[in-house]
Amino acid sequence: MEIFTLFILAVFVNNFVVVQFLGICPFLGVSKDTSSAFGMGVAVTVVMVLATLVTYPLYTFVMVPLGFEFMEIIFFIFVIAALVQMLEQILKKFIPALYNSLGIYLPLITTNCAVLGVAELVIGDVSALGIASMNLGYALLYALFSGIGFLIAILLMSGLREKVDRYADMPKALKGFPISMVIASFMAMAFYVFTLI
Amino acid sequence: MKKNDYKKIFFDGVVANNPTWRLVLGTCATLALTTSAMNGIGMGLAVTVILLCSNVLVSLLRKVIPNEVRIPAFVLIIATFVTVVRMVLYAYLPDLYDSMGVFLPLIVVNCIILGRAESFASKNTVLAAAADGVANGIGFTVALTIMGIIREFLGNASFFGIAQPWDFKIGFFTSSAGAFFVYGICIALFNFIYSKIEISLAHGKARARRQSLPKSLEELKETAQAQEEK
Repeated sequence: MEIFTLFILAVFVNNFVVVQFLGICPFLGVSKDTSSAFGMGVAVTVVMVLATLVTYPLYTFVMVPLGFEFMEIIFFIFVIAALVQMLEQILKKFIPALYNSLGIYLPLITTNCAVLGVAELVIGDVSALGIASMNLGYALLYALFSGIGFLIAILLMSGLREKVDRYADMPKALKGFPISMVIASFMAMAFYVFTLI
Repeated sequence: MKKNDYKKIFFDGVVANNPTWRLVLGTCATLALTTSAMNGIGMGLAVTVILLCSNVLVSLLRKVIPNEVRIPAFVLIIATFVTVVRMVLYAYLPDLYDSMGVFLPLIVVNCIILGRAESFASKNTVLAAAADGVANGIGFTVALTIMGIIREFLGNASFFGIAQPWDFKIGFFTSSAGAFFVYGICIALFNFIYSKIEISLAHGKARARRQSLPKSLEELKETAQAQEEK
């Protein structure tokens, strides 16, 4: 039951993109067509889970006992950068087909707020996540569900933008980023309904 | 560097390449921390300080850092300054620290700072890099403050925390939907105004060129004679 609550909270109520504003750069930058949006969404989800798998134990079992909490930002960003680099090499070597479809998004993910954001959120205040206390299992599930929320948001956005960018007749100043922001605003309104559950 | 170059750096950072409205960088922090004008200023100043420090240090070390590992080196520099600013805010401005929440550590992955380090500070002298950092920081802060004022005024009927006498609040503007909407409209308006500025600047340059040209045949002959005499 707790897992179901966590799922609803992470995917819909506190959607990573439209409610918490994490990962906006790829959300706006890589949402021009549905196939690349899907690739980006999957890549971000995988990296979020892997990053949490490394950073959460690193923080709870190494940094807290040693009193290194204040170094978390530096440690986390380096872990994520190294992880992304390693993932890229492994994919290139062993699964070239997957590398060709996801590889181009991987370097972008290092500087993605969503990945560092989830690493910071699972070690912070967990009262908003609907669970009593955080452990590694919950942290991984939260990262997975947040990634799914990101995937849903970026897919919806790319579907809308495919239509709007091609067919809508709008003033020149609104083209590009501004109209994407307005679309995102309507999406946020739609997601607001979930907070009323 | 000449005085004109610094003028250009400031014009680029604040208007022509305004990081928030022209380049649309650092969007996460912009959307999340413009719920009130004070939050906008706080975030803007924190980024300005980090941008200034990281630009200066990157510029100082630009001949020491090998080209292959420059990105990790820049990230390390930025992460260090973010940690310092976080500790300072935690100790002296706990309210701001709480309202910034997870977005304070996320300044590390703010594209503006890494972008300026990569494209400007690693190629220019310390003074120019410092000026560039301040200019971009001001551009970011001004943009965040204006959006914060709009959202606070319409959504909460207050101005910098001072409540207005009327009680007309549109909750939409303090919600996440309002953040996207205000940001989108601000970019569109700024693009519109900037395109007008660009046209008038182009007109001004054309006029200046026309005035510098000789007006009549006699004038042309006179200038030719003057050059011959020299």
